[in-house]
Amino acid sequence: MKTTLLLTLLTLASIIGASCSGQPFGNNNANTAAGGTISILGSGASFPEPVYEKWMNEYGKLNPNVRIDYQATGSGAGQKAIKENTSDFGASDDPMKDEDLKGTQVIHIPTVLGAVVLTYNLPEVKERLKLSPEAIAGIYLGNIKKWNDPKIRADNAEVNLPDTEISPVYRADSSGTTAVFTDFLSNANSEWKNKIGANKQPSWITGVGAGAKGNDGVMGQVKNIPNSIGYVEIAFAKANDLPTALIKNKSGKFVEASIENVSAAAAGSVKDMPEDLRTRITNAEGENAYPISSYTYILVNKEQPDDVKGKALVDFLWWAVHDGEKFTSDLHYAPLPDEVVKKVEEKLKTITSNGTALRQ
Amino acid sequence: MISAASIIFIVVGMIVMMVSNSMPTISRFGLAFLTGSEWKPADGVFGALPFIYGTIVSSLIALIISVPISLGIAIFLTEQAPKKIAAPISFMVELLAAIPSVVYGLWGIFVLAPFIRDHLGVFLETYLGWIPVVGQLFQGRLTGIGMLTGGIILALMTTPIITSVVRDILEVVPNTQREAALALGATKWETTMIVLGNAASGIAGAVVLGLGRALGETMAVTMVIGNSPQISASLFEPAYTIASVLAANFAEATDELYLSALIEMGLVLFLVTFVVNAFAKLLIMSVASGKAGAKNV
Repeated sequence: MKTTLLLTLLTLASIIGASCSGQPFGNNNANTAAGGTISILGSGASFPEPVYEKWMNEYGKLNPNVRIDYQATGSGAGQKAIKENTSDFGASDDPMKDEDLKGTQVIHIPTVLGAVVLTYNLPEVKERLKLSPEAIAGIYLGNIKKWNDPKIRADNAEVNLPDTEISPVYRADSSGTTAVFTDFLSNANSEWKNKIGANKQPSWITGVGAGAKGNDGVMGQVKNIPNSIGYVEIAFAKANDLPTALIKNKSGKFVEASIENVSAAAAGSVKDMPEDLRTRITNAEGENAYPISSYTYILVNKEQPDDVKGKALVDFLWWAVHDGEKFTSDLHYAPLPDEVVKKVEEKLKTITSNGTALRQ
Repeated sequence: MISAASIIFIVVGMIVMMVSNSMPTISRFGLAFLTGSEWKPADGVFGALPFIYGTIVSSLIALIISVPISLGIAIFLTEQAPKKIAAPISFMVELLAAIPSVVYGLWGIFVLAPFIRDHLGVFLETYLGWIPVVGQLFQGRLTGIGMLTGGIILALMTTPIITSVVRDILEVVPNTQREAALALGATKWETTMIVLGNAASGIAGAVVLGLGRALGETMAVTMVIGNSPQISASLFEPAYTIASVLAANFAEATDELYLSALIEMGLVLFLVTFVVNAFAKLLIMSVASGKAGAKNV
């Protein structure tokens, strides 16, 4: 009995010891030297994970000595990771708030553009639904209870809408997707702005709809519950073959979440992009602009503690926004507009280690 | 001895950690945290009542369904079924206990939720919905996602556990008791009742074990209960449990107050489990002291 206990304790101790010394992250110089391989760890938003994985894979082929890993822990966790230096870079769909940036030297690098789509389960409806911001807000506020409500019918005259109750599905967890969705509704609908506002995890109206965890959770519920509606990142709807609604944009046109229309939303808002690149592009100007579009960001520290690692990270980001952009469209992301790439170049040049710029 | 001491150390350590990490919400809301029914992280309002309600009610539904079924299976296996049938059924029950909860959850969302929406829910609403008071349980939005689905999933998950423990307990009831009862002219059914009476404290223990699983179950419930913090009379409506809210939000809880609120929820779950277990122990003790034979089991 005593020997077993002793053995258990010894094993435990060795595991703990090993995991401490083998920590892959942190800002010591030691881990870059091993075998000439530079390893970089990133974590955060789950939405851009497919394209980041693709980038890391392609970049690894070109630069075998650089190993980049990415953990899709969520936007909030990505912001926390870069603030607490537990990752070399963070990732977030939601730009960090001013109060969270205070005292840090985090800079925002937009990488790709994505769209949030409204997907629904109406087995008997074959036509594509058209939804206005008022209709979407009405559904999630509980004002519109049935599919054949006049507010939905007005935009879908040719569709035979069923007289059934709508089951809205939202994200139960805090998420960048929700932030983009609610930001769009806040910009486009004043009642939404006053009652709920834009938030990663807003206070949903009690008694309206049900929550699900993650994009896949929302997808699962919409897929299995007739008369439901939910919002997900476009890649999830495409992968599951569920219909997506055409959304009414600022110029009154119903548009689909195509790569061109998402790019149009970015192009229409480029002139308003602030110096620190933190911006939202929901309900953007432009005839074809898809209104629920968003940049997604990589978060890096302006001053890198390790020059070898810092240089590798900056080079990777430089490659990503140039050569990497050609991999985006297969995965349903839109590439950055040229003007934004220029702004990103300027930003990357400001990253330093010991006061010297890592990229001229 | 050291092993026993380590258990105490772990339990006390956990309580101390949870209390100290949830100090921000404890000091800010006090008891209002437990009685508040509003949960709005965005506005810094945290009330745990809907979650406590959801946890207890979903577990109760689970037990109401699973206890009679489990007892039935266990009695059949030990008292009635021939060995040839009993062995494979016992094996299958144990297999059910080993299925990961995420699989139950997926099954719940793909099979059970549509079934409840199209058949069971409609049936309950038609035949029980009209009864005053009780009927309220079976009225409202029937989407297939909600408290009832969560409870039934939990019932499915607790049934194998309760069954196998009860079966083991019935098996250790001395055969001499059955023989004595039969010799005195009792029917087979009366004999079974005597055996059950003697095994009462063990059976209660099995139920508590099942309840423990139901209270703490996370993944499967999160997938079917609807995750909406509300207290509604209707079992069709979405609800939320403590374990679910922790699973859905822990990774993304970035601000201090929110994290503190979630940790305090963990503490509440700990206390709920503790109270339920203590209550069950008391129940067992009162049953056991009433029946002399029960102590042998």
